[in-house]
Amino acid sequence: MCERSHKERSSTVIPSAKRRLLAGLAGGAALTLVLTGCIQSQRSDDGGGDGSAAPSDVNSTFIFAGSSDPSGLDPAFANDGESFRISRNIFEGLIGVEQGGADPEPLLAESWETTEDGLSTTFNLKSDVTFHDGTPFNAEAVCANFERWYNWTGIAATESLSYYYGSLFGGFAGDEDALYESCTADDELTATVTLTRPFSGFIPALSLPALAMQSPTAMEEYGADDVGGSAEAPEYSEYAEAHPTGTGPFMFDSWNPGSEVVLKAYPDYWGEQGQVQEIIFRVIDDPTARRQALEAGDIDGYDLVAPADTAALEEAGFNVMQRDPFTVLYLGFNQQVEELQDPLVRQAIAHAIDREALVTQVLPEGTQEATQFIPPVVNGYNEDVTTYEHDPERARELLAEAGFEDGLELTFNYPVNISRPYMPNPEEIFVALSGQLEEVGITVNPVADEWVDYLDRIQGTADHGIHLLGWTGDYNDTDNFVGVFFGTQGNEWGFDNPELFQALSEARQIPDFEEAGERYQEINEQIAQFLPGVPLAHPAPSLAFSPRVTSYPASPVNDEVYNLIELSE
Amino acid sequence: MLRTIGRRLLLLIPTLFGLTVLLFFWVRALPGGPAAALLGERATPEAIERINEAYGFNRPLPEQYITWLGRLLQGDFGNSIETRRPVLEEFANRFPATVELAVLALIIAVGIGIPLGYWAARNHGRLLDHVSVGASLLGITIPVFFLAFMLKWLFAVQLGWLPTTGRQDRGVDATHATGFYVLDGLLTGELDAAWNAFIHLLLPALALATIPLAIIVRITRASVLEVVNADYVRTGRAKGVSRQIIRNRFVLRNAMLPVVTTIGLQAGLLISGAVLTETVFAFPGIGAFLANAIFGRDFPVLQGFVLFIAISYALINLLVDISYSVIDPRVRIQ
Repeated sequence: MCERSHKERSSTVIPSAKRRLLAGLAGGAALTLVLTGCIQSQRSDDGGGDGSAAPSDVNSTFIFAGSSDPSGLDPAFANDGESFRISRNIFEGLIGVEQGGADPEPLLAESWETTEDGLSTTFNLKSDVTFHDGTPFNAEAVCANFERWYNWTGIAATESLSYYYGSLFGGFAGDEDALYESCTADDELTATVTLTRPFSGFIPALSLPALAMQSPTAMEEYGADDVGGSAEAPEYSEYAEAHPTGTGPFMFDSWNPGSEVVLKAYPDYWGEQGQVQEIIFRVIDDPTARRQALEAGDIDGYDLVAPADTAALEEAGFNVMQRDPFTVLYLGFNQQVEELQDPLVRQAIAHAIDREALVTQVLPEGTQEATQFIPPVVNGYNEDVTTYEHDPERARELLAEAGFEDGLELTFNYPVNISRPYMPNPEEIFVALSGQLEEVGITVNPVADEWVDYLDRIQGTADHGIHLLGWTGDYNDTDNFVGVFFGTQGNEWGFDNPELFQALSEARQIPDFEEAGERYQEINEQIAQFLPGVPLAHPAPSLAFSPRVTSYPASPVNDEVYNLIELSE
Repeated sequence: MLRTIGRRLLLLIPTLFGLTVLLFFWVRALPGGPAAALLGERATPEAIERINEAYGFNRPLPEQYITWLGRLLQGDFGNSIETRRPVLEEFANRFPATVELAVLALIIAVGIGIPLGYWAARNHGRLLDHVSVGASLLGITIPVFFLAFMLKWLFAVQLGWLPTTGRQDRGVDATHATGFYVLDGLLTGELDAAWNAFIHLLLPALALATIPLAIIVRITRASVLEVVNADYVRTGRAKGVSRQIIRNRFVLRNAMLPVVTTIGLQAGLLISGAVLTETVFAFPGIGAFLANAIFGRDFPVLQGFVLFIAISYALINLLVDISYSVIDPRVRIQ
């Protein structure tokens, strides 16, 4: 049993730890003195700037701590944030996302045009773009990617691998609902993709990292689709392990599982190269350990800062920033519970909740109160939607009207030991909400579960009452929020509302972005009146950086590419 | 003795077989499955069904067990559902890190624990004895993760003497031949690399060593106290045997049996104790990986890793039993 032999050589700079004067004062044990001397000399030997590739005298290595290894390096087979954090720097899609926002904008496709029937879209591609292996990016490469996705079979065509393509494009070759029909290379830089039916989310969906363009040559050479193994033991291809090849500003260098992934600047990148010449994504599972690594100067930044840490970090001189929220946290109602079938009871609960108190007392800075199940930056946000103000008196009246003047008892499910971008601290959220419900005479029966058990109970069974859950959006598509929640009958909500299902299904097929937005505004109103749950808040995930990071391209949809990072030293 | 060792190793087979049964059904008794863990909020009953179908998790349990066991006998431990890499490879990549950590922790625990325990016993009833007993009680009761955070806060964050996370800095030239980074550095003459790996080990090893250290102090103290008053020690003294021989041959050697048993037990526990320490120090060993496998319901990893750990535990215990007969010739392995 021995580790794969490899030799790592690097001219990287290890950021100097805070060498506090205390080190000198502490004195004491001889061993520690020896230690100090050696570590500092080793650090200063390594330090001193990369020099060779950096455009200025700043330390051009940027070290970011993620919470886990990526699941793989082929984004088409990924659906986790840590994989995408890395792949966004290696790959680019036909469509990009406006900086700091969520709207689609040109990236590898400079422009596009969709036929009136919404079926065919012609993409005019950017010229002089090459993949990291030298393969030119052109119409053929675009079609090779679409054909690859469409023709997956077996384990490659299950949600555990190709979640995004499978769910957005209605399945694969041979599936009745498959949305993709064909792709033709009209000329070197023009590709036309034809769908079997209109799909309003088509253009924004192409900004998803899972649908980024990959080098057809590299995919073939390293068997990108050889994900075989057996069904019980699927395995990634050599491509996904060590040869991801895109057109982005950084190319893959190495992956030491459990420790770090290293990317280097791609010298022939078509766009702005930026200051960062090397990115190290370090794996630090524990949030407190991430904070300590930042404080010690071992990393330059990290994501998902605990709400309790933001003030202390800011005070200590670190840069803390919030992404615009692209999340929604809600209190869901399971209408399999008889009491919750009564709209009066649902309204009473909505009036009992004090969102302002929840946001200011429990949720992280930058969190916005929610009035609907999509955040404000998403297409179809309805400014005039019906809202249920905090009004305990009204809540009590409604409960009395519904026949619960002597009180109502409800099961309240919530998860423990988990932090999600939309729900950093479920236990505290539960405590705040249950207090508010008790105030209007609703007795809460708390049922807490560990995360996976919790999901299993909420999504897999009818055995739950009111519950906490939410969503982090992937891209600017309203269907990616409300369609996911209310598109079909499900265990979580336990209701059957054919009108709503129908409206969502129709809206999904409107090819025009603006028109779809208007339709979704109506649907959001429809949902607000039906009140399947109470949208609570749009929590904003926080990032923290060392003082040398003067600018970071924070994005609500996490579309953060590190060539836009600015460093001061 | 060789025959005995062979017999003990053979006995391992039914033990491990029993363990496979327990393990297999235990991990499947956990609520929620790998599909729910993989899909998270995105799970729908249909998606879960499709994944269970593809991975074979919807087949009858005995059938799944026999399939797994069949592959196991051919040396195929399956692939991790999370990382998709072979379980054996994941284990081989991470185990050296944990072993290195556990060995240093054990060296610290034994190297400090035995002299301290002996010293406390020799000063029985005096202030020094009370201090060491009190300190060891604190060592047992203080939660490892809390101590780990405090050690890191002081030595890495405030003083900046030691690194906060990882096994080795990237800037260091290092050849990794065996996967044991300190050993690699020593073998290849890359002393900087060995030193760098060593300083990365120090804080986690200190944190991990606290509980075994405290236990070893207490056991050594109790054991020495008992032996010191034994007849043969008194007789030895009366015959004028030198203090040194009394200490080394009469007292320490006889007091060591319970201590060695404790060390053996603690060595096994160190591997499971590494879970928390590795998480706090982002140390890429088996501990943190196994913890994630539990949360992610990564069945193949859970089954494979626990089996490997059980084998290591059994082998350590065998070594302890053998060492009894070395320390005390009256003991024979049966």
